Amino acid sequence: MSAGAHDVAIYDVAIVGAGIVGAACAYESARRGLRVVMVDRDTTGAGTTAAGMGHIVAMDDSEAQFALTRYSQRLWQELRSELPDDVEYEQCGTVWVAADDEEMQEVERKRDYYGERGVTADVLDERLLRTLEPNLRSGMKGGLLVPEDGVLYPPCAARFFTQRAQERGARLQFGVSVGHIGESRVALRDGSEIRADIVVNAAGASAPDLTPGLAIKKRKGHLVITERYPGFVRHQLVELGYLKSAHSVSSDSVAFNVQPRRTGQLLIGSSRQYGAEHKEVDHPMLVRMLQRAQEYMPGLGQMSAVRVWTGFRAATPDKLPLIGPWPGDKSVWLATGHEGLGITTSLGTARILVDQMTGAKPEIPIEPYLPSRSAQEHVHA
Amino acid sequence: MPSAVALTVNGVSVEVALGTTVAVAAMQAGQPCRISVTGTPRGPLCGMGICFECRMTINGISHCRTCQILCESGMKVTTNE
Amino acid sequence: MSSSARQKFEVLVVGAGPAGMAAAARAGESGVHVGLVDDNFSPGGQIWRGGVEGGNPQAAGWMERLQAAQVVKLCGVRVFHQPETGVLLAETKDEICELRYDKLILATGAREGFLPFPGWTLPNVMGAGGLQAMVKSGLSIRGKRVVVAGTGPLLLAVAAGLRKHGAEIPILCEQTSWSSLARFGLALAGQLSKIIQGLQLMKELAGVPFASSSWPVAAHGKEALEGVTILRRGKAETVACDYLACGFHLVPNTELAALTGCQVEDGYVRVDEFQRTTVPGVFCAGEPTGIGGVELALVEGQIAGLASRGRSTQARELFAERRKLKKFAAALEDTFQLRPELRDLPSAETVVCRCEDVPHSRLRSYPDWRAAKLQTRCGMGSCQGRVCGPATRFLFKWNPDSVRPPIFPARVEGLAMAVSGPELEHQEITGGCQ
Repeated sequence: MSAGAHDVAIYDVAIVGAGIVGAACAYESARRGLRVVMVDRDTTGAGTTAAGMGHIVAMDDSEAQFALTRYSQRLWQELRSELPDDVEYEQCGTVWVAADDEEMQEVERKRDYYGERGVTADVLDERLLRTLEPNLRSGMKGGLLVPEDGVLYPPCAARFFTQRAQERGARLQFGVSVGHIGESRVALRDGSEIRADIVVNAAGASAPDLTPGLAIKKRKGHLVITERYPGFVRHQLVELGYLKSAHSVSSDSVAFNVQPRRTGQLLIGSSRQYGAEHKEVDHPMLVRMLQRAQEYMPGLGQMSAVRVWTGFRAATPDKLPLIGPWPGDKSVWLATGHEGLGITTSLGTARILVDQMTGAKPEIPIEPYLPSRSAQEHVHA
Repeated sequence: MPSAVALTVNGVSVEVALGTTVAVAAMQAGQPCRISVTGTPRGPLCGMGICFECRMTINGISHCRTCQILCESGMKVTTNE
Repeated sequence: MSSSARQKFEVLVVGAGPAGMAAAARAGESGVHVGLVDDNFSPGGQIWRGGVEGGNPQAAGWMERLQAAQVVKLCGVRVFHQPETGVLLAETKDEICELRYDKLILATGAREGFLPFPGWTLPNVMGAGGLQAMVKSGLSIRGKRVVVAGTGPLLLAVAAGLRKHGAEIPILCEQTSWSSLARFGLALAGQLSKIIQGLQLMKELAGVPFASSSWPVAAHGKEALEGVTILRRGKAETVACDYLACGFHLVPNTELAALTGCQVEDGYVRVDEFQRTTVPGVFCAGEPTGIGGVELALVEGQIAGLASRGRSTQARELFAERRKLKKFAAALEDTFQLRPELRDLPSAETVVCRCEDVPHSRLRSYPDWRAAKLQTRCGMGSCQGRVCGPATRFLFKWNPDSVRPPIFPARVEGLAMAVSGPELEHQEITGGCQ
C-alpha cells in the first residue's frame, strides 16, 4: 500500500469501465462539475461497446424499458449536431418486419403503444414494405416504420464522451486492471489505489467480478460485417420475433437484425447465448444467425462478409439495467446490466445516475432501475 | 481455339491473350480498377489477391479480385463504386 | 446460390507454392489421399507462378511428383474459416467446400511488405513481386520504364525478369547500405548454388544502375504514375517512369495458422524440428515459419510432408540441408533490416490504410493497433490489415494481432454453412486444375 509515499488524489467519482455507459457517465459527471477519474483495462469503447450494433431505439418490452430508451433517444437527438462525423449518427429509422398475420397483429399493438406515448410509428402493408425495403424476401406481411430511431458507430461515440469528459477535467487511466472496489477505493492490480467518494461499477459483463453477488450474466452475441453495398438496406431492420429472442432467459436464440452503416456496409446480427465464456466465434450459432438472416433477406447470401466478431452483453434477471447505489457498500454505485440496449440508454443512464449523486430530480422515475430492487442478499464488499 | 479474348472494361473494348487476368486487361484499357473511399483512382498493388485494390465488378458480381481471375470472352468489367 | 461440396483427406496441404507442393508430394508418395489447396488458378504460388507448366524445370519436376503421387489439386479454392477442429471451409466462384483432414500442413507463403510514402497509391505503383505477377499474367512492359525499389534479393530477381520482358530499368534502389550487402555477399560465399545464382543475376542485370542506401521518397502523377523521386547519396533525384515496382521484403502469411490456434511468435509460426506447430496434427512449412526462399521452403515442405506420415527417419535426412539453408535465411533477415529513415517517408496526408483511406496524421497519436482500428477503421477494410498491418508495425511499433474469421472475405452463404458429420460421403469439388 502506498500510504504516505505520494499524494493520493481524492475524486468525487471513480468510474470503472470506459465503455459507452461508463464514458457517458464520466461526461455527465464532469459536465456537472464533479471531479472524475475513469479507468479501464483497455481503451475506451474497446469491449462490449465494440460489439454493439449501435442501434438507437425506443423499445417497448416494458414501461420501464420504454421510458429509459425513449428518454435516452431524445437525449441523442439533442446531441446529434455536436457529434463528430466519425460517430456516424444517422436517423435512418427502424422497420420492424412482420412475416405472418400474428406478427402483423403485433405491429398494430406496437403502433398503438408508441402512438399513445408520442412516438411516431407507421404501419406498412406488404406493398409499402417492399417499396421501402425491396431486398426483403417477397411474402412479408408488412411492418412498422419508426422514423425517430437511428444508428451510430459505438467505439467513436464512446471516445466522444471520453474526450468531452477529459475536456471538463476528468482524468483517464487506461490499460490498468482493477483488482477490487469498495469502501471508497479502487484497488489496481499494480498495487496502487484510487480514492473516490463514489465508485461506479460500469464494467458491463465483467461487473460481477468487481461486485460479488451481482446478478449479471454474460450473454454472448455474434456480428458479421460485409463489404460495401450502398442502398441495399435503408433502415435498421429487425424481425418481430426479436423480442422472443431477447425475452428468453435460458435458451440460445437468433433473430434477423440488419443495419446499414454509413459506409454502405451491412452489419448483420443477432444472436444470444448463455454460458459461453470464450470470445471465439461459435460456428453453429453463426450458422443459425446467418441462415435466419438469409430467410428474411436472400440477397445477403451472395454478399462478401469481411469479418465476424463477438461480444458479451450484461444481462439481468428482469431485463432492466442497474443504475444507482449498491446496497452492499454505500460508496459503490452501479451503471451496468444494459443487455442489448447499452448504446441507446447510455445517455439516459448517465443522467439519472448523476441526478441521484447530486440530489437533482431525475426526469423519469428511477425505481425500476435501482439496484436495491433486487430481493437477494448482498455481500459486503 | 482463339488465342485472343475480347472483353470490355468500363465500356472500353480490349483484346488480350489467352491466360491474361482481368486486372491486366483493366490496366491495358487504361482504366483504374477501383475508386477509393475518398475518391482516388487505384490499380493493382500486390498482384496476389491480398490487397484488394484490383477489385472490380465482373458481369454484375461485385468485389471480384481481378488479379486472380482469367479473362473470358464477352466479360463486362466495371470499376466498383 | 452456390452448391456445396465436401472432401476428406488424410493430409490436407494449404498453399501450392514450393513448400506446399513438396509437402503434398512427399505425403502423397506414402500412398494416402492428399489434397493441395490454393486460391490461384494454377499451382506454383508466387515464385513459381507460370513455372509449373515447364518454364521452371524445378517447379515442373515437383509438379510431376504431385501427379505421380495422385495428389488432388484444388485450385481457385480459397480457405476462409475453420469451423471446428479437422475441418476447413473454402469457397470457389460457384461452390462452398468443406474440407476434412486428419493432418493439416500450412504452406501459406508470404506476401510483400509495403511502406507508405507520398504518391504510393497512384495506379502503376505496385509491389516488386506484384508487378512481376502482373507481367506473368499478361501485362506487357516492353519498352516501358520501370523503377525498381525497396529491399531484398527479390528486387534483383524482379529486375532481371522485367528486363527479359523488354522493360527499361532506369535505376534499382536498395535501401540497405553497401557494407551490409557486401557482408551478405560474403555469407553466401559458402554456398555454391547461391554464387552461381548471383553471377547469373549480375549478367542479367548488367548495365542497370544500382544504388544502395537509396529509396523512393515520392511518386508523382495525376491519374497514374509519371515519375518517382528517389534519394541517392543523400540527394533527391526525380526519374520519369511508367511503373514503380516497390517492395520492402516479405511478410509471412500467418493468418490461417493463427486461426487454427497455432502459436505465432514475433510474427512467425512456431514449429519444432519436424515442422509441427503447437496444435497437434497441424504442420507449417516455408515462409510462415521464417522467410528463407525457395530452397528452404522445399526442404521444410518435404520434412512436413514426411513427418505428417510418421516418416521421421526420412525427415531427419533433410535436417542438415535445412540447417544450412536456415543460415541463408538468418543472413537475409539481418541484411535487409528496414532503416529508421523510412519511418519519416509518409507525410501527414499520406494514406496508410488503403482500404479505408486513413492518413498517417490520424494514426500516429494512437498507442496501439486495436485503439487505432476501432477509432479510425484502419485495418477494418477488405485486406483486414494485410497491407497496413506490417506498415504500422514498422511505423508506430504497433503489434497488429487478432485474427477472426473469415481470413479472406467470403460469401455470407459460406459462413452460414453448417458442418456435416464426419461420416458423410465424399463429393468431388468441381473446381480443380490439371
